[in-house]
Amino acid sequence: MKHTIKELEDIASQVRRDIVRMVHGCQSGHPGASLGCTDFFTALYFEVLNHKTDFTMEGAGEDLFFLSNGHISPVWYSTLAHAGYFDKSELATFRKLGSRLQGHPTTHEHLPGIRIASGSLGQGLSVAIGAALAKKLNGDHSHIFALLGDGELQEGQNWEAAMFAPFNKVDHLIASVDYNGQQIDGPTNKVLALDDLQAKFEAFGWHVINTDGNDMQAIVEGLHYAKTLTGKGKPILNLMSTQMGAGVDYMVGSHKWHGTAPNDEQLALALAQLPETLGDY
Amino acid sequence: MKKYTYTEKKDTRSGFGAGLHEAGKKNENVVALCADLVGSLKMDAFIKDFPERFTQVGIAEANMIGIAAGMTIGGKIPFTGTFANFSTGRVYDQIRQSVAYSNKNVKICASHAGLTLGEDGATHQILEDLGLMKMLPGMVVINPCDYNQTKAATMAIAEYEGPVYLRFGRPVIPVFTDPDQKFEIGKAWMVNEGTDVTIIATGHMVWKAIEAGEKLAELGIDAEIINIHTIKPLDDEAILTSVKKTGCVVTCEEHNKFGGLGESVARLLTTELPTPQEFVATNDTFGESGTPDQLMSKYGLDAVNIVEAVQKVIGRKKA
Repeated sequence: MKHTIKELEDIASQVRRDIVRMVHGCQSGHPGASLGCTDFFTALYFEVLNHKTDFTMEGAGEDLFFLSNGHISPVWYSTLAHAGYFDKSELATFRKLGSRLQGHPTTHEHLPGIRIASGSLGQGLSVAIGAALAKKLNGDHSHIFALLGDGELQEGQNWEAAMFAPFNKVDHLIASVDYNGQQIDGPTNKVLALDDLQAKFEAFGWHVINTDGNDMQAIVEGLHYAKTLTGKGKPILNLMSTQMGAGVDYMVGSHKWHGTAPNDEQLALALAQLPETLGDY
Repeated sequence: MKKYTYTEKKDTRSGFGAGLHEAGKKNENVVALCADLVGSLKMDAFIKDFPERFTQVGIAEANMIGIAAGMTIGGKIPFTGTFANFSTGRVYDQIRQSVAYSNKNVKICASHAGLTLGEDGATHQILEDLGLMKMLPGMVVINPCDYNQTKAATMAIAEYEGPVYLRFGRPVIPVFTDPDQKFEIGKAWMVNEGTDVTIIATGHMVWKAIEAGEKLAELGIDAEIINIHTIKPLDDEAILTSVKKTGCVVTCEEHNKFGGLGESVARLLTTELPTPQEFVATNDTFGESGTPDQLMSKYGLDAVNIVEAVQKVIGRKKA
């Protein structure tokens, strides 16, 4: 372990503060799933990922991460800043004119840490597979990580990719699903039920594991365990249970905070629950 | 009228296959992907020599574009192959976000473009692809005119850094360009110098423009013929220089007149040098089943249609 669980939880608390402040600052953006995935991003970037903050597009010899559900950009931007990819002061520019921190992640403004644009849903798993194939051709045995939203799995391209990866033994790929059960129009079970995702991915030939995405110890252990499963002929799917809005009590578990910004009063209420551990931007 | 002859007819898709094979030999980063149309795209030679650099994606074009975009991150130069319809309209958003907006070095290679796909009919005959692709910021759009030019273009785009759409076709047509040509992206080819009218043609329509030029010469009309193989970026200078001389223009393409080469030329001329223009193109229509020759004739894409358009546009010239 590079960090204790307590240290990682402290980082996560700061990232959550940043998320709420960023979304409040521009009165737009997606706090719910950003908060839900904060523990995953913290564990990934501060504990699991073999990466350099001196960013290159190719990332030769490094693990790469792809975010498919690009609307949770606040959590990614804050994590990248605290990991050292760029100065945290830039978080104040989120979604504002001229910013590198676009509403959805993009390579267009050359923000370090981003390797492809995402936001139009369903494309990230294919991209991650492509990056994995290139690494294999280059004799680079690093890992490829991807994060997908659960509602996003309603997009058909995911299932093209899900069929491709096991057949082609893309086995250094670890895809996590943010399994929060919510999407814009309501619970996934009411909009278009995903049913038994574990059985579906297993039927496609994936090795599926389950983690609690809001328990730091569990997510760190789960991602380390996922790494031990790579190189054995199957891609890995981490079905990661999370709570939308985790860390801010009035946002927890509701799709209503998918894409809504808090007002001044709500901001104060949220920040009171999230200790400032690394200093606000 | 300069004399053009040919000794054989070949399909432009075979030019792509040969060019891909050559590009693969020259650069080990060149990789190919196909969505279940290896034979149609003439990828066999590449696959035989570089099996580890070929990815069969199956009938899953969206996944193919995403995988290709991802492969560029590891320094690869992916050439994706399927029919033009499935290379563009079917995967427009994947191209838009993962390739164009992300500025990835993907070469989208599209066969069976236009009416000359023939008997399969309108579901497969895309006439809107040039428009779709040229509207994407940063996308280079190329539509070569014969086997040799397609081969040269394929090799050239491997050396160009950035997203490219390369359009070619199925029918065998005369091979009349130089087999050793150097293909320069964005640089027009002067097919024939003339003084009375500028005929600007792309793809399969270039040979038809040459046929039209011969007929026009018999009628005493001296046509300048320019091959625009690169629709975007457009060779503004070549077009303006010619039109300054001739004073009128006919554009020829196997594509809808909405959104194609003709509109790009019209946009240029409207702002720089307003000039009478006629369009030889399909007229806001889908195609249908038939032989390539029957379809080109029925939809007004023959040499005779170019001749008529020239006569009309010359009549519109200011005295």
